[in-house]
Amino acid sequence: MGTLLVLIVFALFLVAIFTGGYNKDLKGLLEKSTVWDWLTTVDHKKIGILYFFSGIFYFVVGGIEALLIRMQLVVPQNDFIVGDTYNELMTMHGTTMIFLAAMPLIFGLMNVVVPLQIGARDVAFPFLNALGFWLFTFGAILVNLGWFFGNAPDAGWTSYVSLALNEYSPGPGIDYYVLGLQITGIGTMISAINFLVTIINMRAPGMSFLRMPLFTWTTFATSALLLFAMPPLAVGLLLLMFDRLFGANFFDYTMGGSSIIWQHLFWIFGHPEVYIVILPAFGIMSEVISTFSKKRLYGYTSMVFASVLISFLGFMVWVHHMFTVGLGPVSNSIFAVATMTIAVPTGIKVFNWLFTMWGGEIRFTTAMLFALGFIPTFVIGGMTGVMVALPPADFQYQDSYFLVAHFHYTLVGGVVMGLFAGAYYWWPKMFGKLLNETLGKIHFWSFLIGFHLTFFPQHFLGLFGMPRRVFTYQPNVGLENLNLISTIGTIGMAIGVLAFAANVVLSFVKKEKVPNDPWNARSLEWTIPSPPPAYNFVQTPLIRGYDAWWIEKQAGNKSMKPAEPIGPIHMPSSTFVPFLMSLSLFIAGLGFIARENFAAGILGLIMFFITMFVRSFDRNHGCHIEPEEFDQANKGVKA
Amino acid sequence: MEVNTEIKSTRNMPNHLETTTLEGRNKVLGFWLFLAAETVLFACLFGTYLALRHQSMGGPESSELYDLSLIAVSTAILLTSSLTSVLAMAKMNQYKLKAMLTWLGITVLLGLSFLVLEIYEFVHYVHLGHTFMNSAFGSSFYALVGTHGAHVTFGIVWITTLMFQAAKQGITRETAPKLFVSSLYWHFIDVVWIFIFTLVYLLGKVG
Amino acid sequence: MVSRKGIRHFLTVFVLAALALSGCAGNESLNVLAPSGTSAEKSLDLIKLSLFIMMGVFAVVISIYIYVLIRYRKRKGKDVMPKQVHGNTIVEIIWTSIPIILITILAIPTVKYTFDMANTRASEDSITIKVTGYQYWWEFEYPDLGIKTSQELHIPVGKQVNFILEGKDVIHSFWIPALGGKMDVIPGRTNTMPLDAKKPGVYQGKCAELCGAGHALMDFKVVAQEEEDFNKWVAQMQKPSPVQTASQKQGEELYRQNCLGCHAGTNPNVQGPDLTKFGTRTTIAGILENNEKNLKMWMMHTTDVKPGSLMPKIDYLQPQEMEALVDYLMSRK
Repeated sequence: MGTLLVLIVFALFLVAIFTGGYNKDLKGLLEKSTVWDWLTTVDHKKIGILYFFSGIFYFVVGGIEALLIRMQLVVPQNDFIVGDTYNELMTMHGTTMIFLAAMPLIFGLMNVVVPLQIGARDVAFPFLNALGFWLFTFGAILVNLGWFFGNAPDAGWTSYVSLALNEYSPGPGIDYYVLGLQITGIGTMISAINFLVTIINMRAPGMSFLRMPLFTWTTFATSALLLFAMPPLAVGLLLLMFDRLFGANFFDYTMGGSSIIWQHLFWIFGHPEVYIVILPAFGIMSEVISTFSKKRLYGYTSMVFASVLISFLGFMVWVHHMFTVGLGPVSNSIFAVATMTIAVPTGIKVFNWLFTMWGGEIRFTTAMLFALGFIPTFVIGGMTGVMVALPPADFQYQDSYFLVAHFHYTLVGGVVMGLFAGAYYWWPKMFGKLLNETLGKIHFWSFLIGFHLTFFPQHFLGLFGMPRRVFTYQPNVGLENLNLISTIGTIGMAIGVLAFAANVVLSFVKKEKVPNDPWNARSLEWTIPSPPPAYNFVQTPLIRGYDAWWIEKQAGNKSMKPAEPIGPIHMPSSTFVPFLMSLSLFIAGLGFIARENFAAGILGLIMFFITMFVRSFDRNHGCHIEPEEFDQANKGVKA
Repeated sequence: MEVNTEIKSTRNMPNHLETTTLEGRNKVLGFWLFLAAETVLFACLFGTYLALRHQSMGGPESSELYDLSLIAVSTAILLTSSLTSVLAMAKMNQYKLKAMLTWLGITVLLGLSFLVLEIYEFVHYVHLGHTFMNSAFGSSFYALVGTHGAHVTFGIVWITTLMFQAAKQGITRETAPKLFVSSLYWHFIDVVWIFIFTLVYLLGKVG
Repeated sequence: MVSRKGIRHFLTVFVLAALALSGCAGNESLNVLAPSGTSAEKSLDLIKLSLFIMMGVFAVVISIYIYVLIRYRKRKGKDVMPKQVHGNTIVEIIWTSIPIILITILAIPTVKYTFDMANTRASEDSITIKVTGYQYWWEFEYPDLGIKTSQELHIPVGKQVNFILEGKDVIHSFWIPALGGKMDVIPGRTNTMPLDAKKPGVYQGKCAELCGAGHALMDFKVVAQEEEDFNKWVAQMQKPSPVQTASQKQGEELYRQNCLGCHAGTNPNVQGPDLTKFGTRTTIAGILENNEKNLKMWMMHTTDVKPGSLMPKIDYLQPQEMEALVDYLMSRK
């Protein structure tokens, strides 16, 4: 009841502030502040930056969790972090890295870059875009609250039942996982629809589907995957919530339930999820390699085809996570063969990248180095991917450190390296400043060497019989040296990330501005100022082919051909409703976790629907920026 | 961007008002995509139900529970409401506000009566010992049919809200897309019900 | 300059590989790469086949990669305008079809082995063992021999062992790396898996699916014996162990008062391992060497030794009572 009162007071307080009923001066002051500006923004570039920095924050949090894990495993029978605490760390490391680091980093880049690449002034649903971000943020906070109140989730990022049921995981840990991820999931779903509609409806004249840059294509594929992959997760989490909070029996076998249902639902989401995070990285690779090889992307059409095929096949293979469940040889064989076929489109991509560089003029900038580090690393991850797709072999790999090594090669060697490449590449466009190349190179080399040092030995740890998710191992069975090497490697990765952090700080201190097109690049985002003005394009550009900007440059043009006369530009208004809606769901989530008759939970839900209802009557259509105001508005986002 | 202009005369106005603006087109496309996601969501709930429907753990089984005559009435009501929703959209495209509101009103009333029947059905089942908590069959049944019921409830509130807006603002480039997607949503709920009718009730009766 | 960096990168990888293979080559008792059973051999065959094919692919990719990086790097003072090629249909068809061929080569043995390894046919030459996973220990039951034991599994060399795997609480996964792959132990579900051991020895078993706080310590031992030794063990397990000394008698009484509820299965909520033949085992709780000192230590500090263990700490007995209890337990052979 106490919690409820606090929440009500808090809610009233917020309402008072937002409506100015509390203090008019304060409201005026608030609305002029930078914080308010960022809290209420609907500008896709600002939302992108918010996503991006949230992602970096959680990447560091997940990284620290990883360092603690490796410290525990440095020697056999260590007692630094054992039992439930270790399980919490390991669970939160996985959950954080997948849902709270990789996803927002990807959404960050997608938000900033995709509208610019297709010549749009905004995304299709600026309001929903902001809502997506705030839902993500509040969900992420909810997932992490377990560290401070009660206990953190401890059943692995896959949260398999029946371990995740009340009986075996008492305490609120799994509730945080269930409700926090549910809330971020709604945000993700909304963002996916937003990107799909943006790409389908908002392309500039001449920007046909087969002229879209590859990053836009992979964003499209990823969003489509999200659209179909998030609902199974939502249902899985819903059922788990019912089981834990409302006494349902979906997963309890003594009441007729089945724990396999969770595994199916989770992996129908979970397997596409890995393509959801890797496809945008593929897109980044394609942009970076093409730009820094000064060459058109080799086999563009087959690249597009491969991306679409990967997303399609991504839905056909989830059972390969369940080979040891005992679903029988028929199902195992079918899913094994389906899984192996994914190697074909992935192979196409790798060869296309290599042949993009072939005959080009390769500049080794930091962004390019990450792209180049990506190729062999990801190829190793892909190869072990084919190896784990074979059930008879997978019976040995499954749930061993071999698997840990495999997915870190794809997720760190693939996604993280890709994201770093993208960060160095698009940083000037996001903030108008370059990242330092020397620090960048320190970042790259220490990260790359540290990465291989950490994860290459883990293949052998798995083959030498070390299961994953163990807090310790026995001495004298040949596991000591490799574990030691693996832990040493993390130092390299940590130094790399520190170098990146230093680089970010330095870039904000630096005064020097960059021109529109610092890399001699090829796509539309490089035709406009860095950082771009709020409305992106003064005049919507006319697109005359793939690599639109490159074509104009080759033709000797200094800018894109406009597709419209100069005129007033419509801009959506900032709004605090997304923040308020997300806050309501956060309160609802917290209320359900606190149980106590679910009063606070229901209150939060009511608050959510009321805000939604009020929003429906809101007839604020934004404002127009007149041509004479362009110069003034041209200052763009404040970095 | 001409979203702000009210429509004064219906002459020379487009037939499909909902897609005359970019915002409208975005809304309609976005909503179709949302329905695609909803389809997957219901597919997962159906899958769960089909996997667990025999696990009644000694409680009443589906063939003993379901009363097809009641369900038939519910089905007829919901299908009719889909028809009235189509008629409302037809009136919207003719800019006949009053007629549209009437048909929407009938749609909402039909939705409400469906809901009343469903609540009656659930209460009846609970009396027979078929609850959310007593078996996996109960859990999966209420999760699936209940989620559908929640969708109906949301649809009723939504359409009512839009009726108020339309009554106040008229049929405009702004209200038309909203009304259009709400009717899409209503049809979607109907389609889901057809699957519930066959896969839950008919199949449950067969055993 | 660049090439050297590239080479350095790969040298690191290969040095590591060599290191891993030579310096710390695992332990024969739990090594996937040193199989002692048919199933593990089949797995290894497929691991090797897939690894060789993949190494071939990797070699091709890396050769092109290194060549491209050296040959087409930007040189100082030169400004080349590369030819903007769109692609080449023939080349693209080649690198699409070669992987398809490679995958087909892999798919055929994969499917064959998948079916082979799922084949649990009972024959005169096979024995059946029922495995039940509990948080955090294993129960082994030989239905045909009337033996029930835990943590230590005895199997005859050369015979097919058909495991019947059942779960009671959460999901576990039954894994003996040297003998074969793993199979999940799922509550409410019965899985089967055939394994065999080709040579005698003690192999280590693991739980491979996260099952809670004590997951890391849910180990067991597999003792593969020649038929003759195995039969001796069976005979020993089947004969009763009489209580001889006064101390053992006192221990038996204490056992009845303090342990029997869980360890004989009369407590419906907690199931502890069967201790009828505790003295024959080489380990306590699957992880400690079985001697009197460790046994006392285990009973006094259960949850410190094995986090999450459901066995309460037996730290309330007098030292003399403890001696008697240990004496009784050790005499159960």
